[in-house]
Amino acid sequence: MSKQVIVIGGGVAGLEAAGQLSKAGIEVSLIEKENKTGGHLNDWYKLFPDRRNSSEVKEYLDGITHHDGIKLLTNTTIEKFNSNKSHFSIITNEGKELTADAVVVATGFDLFKSARKEEYGYGIYDNVITSTDLEEMFRKGKIVLSNGNVPKTIGIVHCVGSRDEKVGNLYCSKLCCVTAVKQAIELREHLPESKVFCFYMDMRMGGAFYEELYREAQEKWGVNFIRGKVSEAGEAIDNKLIIKVEDTLAGRPLKMEVDLLVLMAGMEMSEGGKKISKMCGLNTGENRFFAVADHHYGSNRSNIKGVFYAGTCTAPMNITETISHARAAVSEVMDYLKNVRK
Amino acid sequence: MEKFGFTISKGRQIDYESNDRRIAEYIFEREPSFRLCIECGGCSATCTTGNLTQFSLRELHILIKRGENDQVRQNIRKCMLCGKCTLVCPRGVNTRNIVVLAKQAFQKSDEYAI
Repeated sequence: MSKQVIVIGGGVAGLEAAGQLSKAGIEVSLIEKENKTGGHLNDWYKLFPDRRNSSEVKEYLDGITHHDGIKLLTNTTIEKFNSNKSHFSIITNEGKELTADAVVVATGFDLFKSARKEEYGYGIYDNVITSTDLEEMFRKGKIVLSNGNVPKTIGIVHCVGSRDEKVGNLYCSKLCCVTAVKQAIELREHLPESKVFCFYMDMRMGGAFYEELYREAQEKWGVNFIRGKVSEAGEAIDNKLIIKVEDTLAGRPLKMEVDLLVLMAGMEMSEGGKKISKMCGLNTGENRFFAVADHHYGSNRSNIKGVFYAGTCTAPMNITETISHARAAVSEVMDYLKNVRK
Repeated sequence: MEKFGFTISKGRQIDYESNDRRIAEYIFEREPSFRLCIECGGCSATCTTGNLTQFSLRELHILIKRGENDQVRQNIRKCMLCGKCTLVCPRGVNTRNIVVLAKQAFQKSDEYAI
């Protein structure tokens, strides 16, 4: 009889894990709370660093999960989790019972709720938007202000909800800097007449080809980078946004009027993940993401034998890292089923 | 001796070895968050004094840490202790208290007494 594994979450990590598990002959139940799989990938238009269409990655993931060994349950959440030695059972919101020999948790991340940084005015001023709102505009091919006009000056605020003790997130979300650079380029591409300003604390260009993209933004697209954390945004009578920042390299406070302000929202442990951590007794760290068994060689293992992690439920990651992490989770699951559990 | 108005100009260098960092040490001991500044400038951006006069809290932080005390002493009086800097700081630095402690330290030190 083939082994059974439950994968919780149908985003990039969950799909990759389910696909690889089924290739290895495992029967997979893939649980997704939304009505379709793909997670945050569905909200993104183009991906850094090569600006390929996100749908290409989605197609790849759909391809590997198109398998008889995968039972996909959408609109499904978990109501109860039971573990009896090395046997797991889950009761879904529809009262269905699923059993498994191992569980892969791939509950992903939520974007930081930008309205919590009240000083930036998201949800108060019409022309303050988030990185996801901008992706939606790119997808529709129409970047306009609330009054229908085309923005001429655009400000991008880095580190919204990241590296910020005031919202309880000490960590760096790692991907917002490169997202800002990517979106700045795309804004210049869509609106050649516009001026784009990125306000950053540090430019964290640690991934493959990130630094090159940063250089391209300066060289080819004339994006302006100003080092300073925006302290607040206000609205003038003509609907323009006035931002206050210190131009730290000039050593003087700077005031600027922009038409559109884009907030680079950081990544947080998902609400679904928090619920599951409580329900299953899975440990979380100080940053509220799931706490892994070992940061160097056990980043897929949890505090419960037979329960594994894949992807951004453990820390901010890009898609490349998420897919690698999900594959590593599958290798841990296979080892567990073959050598530990028996 | 006749004075002709000539002076020897001080170099621009921060002379790290000969600078006196006791003011900084006084603050480090009493306000550990002083170590956490990442120079983002949030405090200076929101600071009313900084927007109206030559005064930068971010710069003040660094000058204290480097022991550039003469410059600090001249500048520190401008702070109105409103505390907005402390409200915006993403690192949770109690900048207001740092200013208070710096004033205290200067007062206690014969060399720099205000």
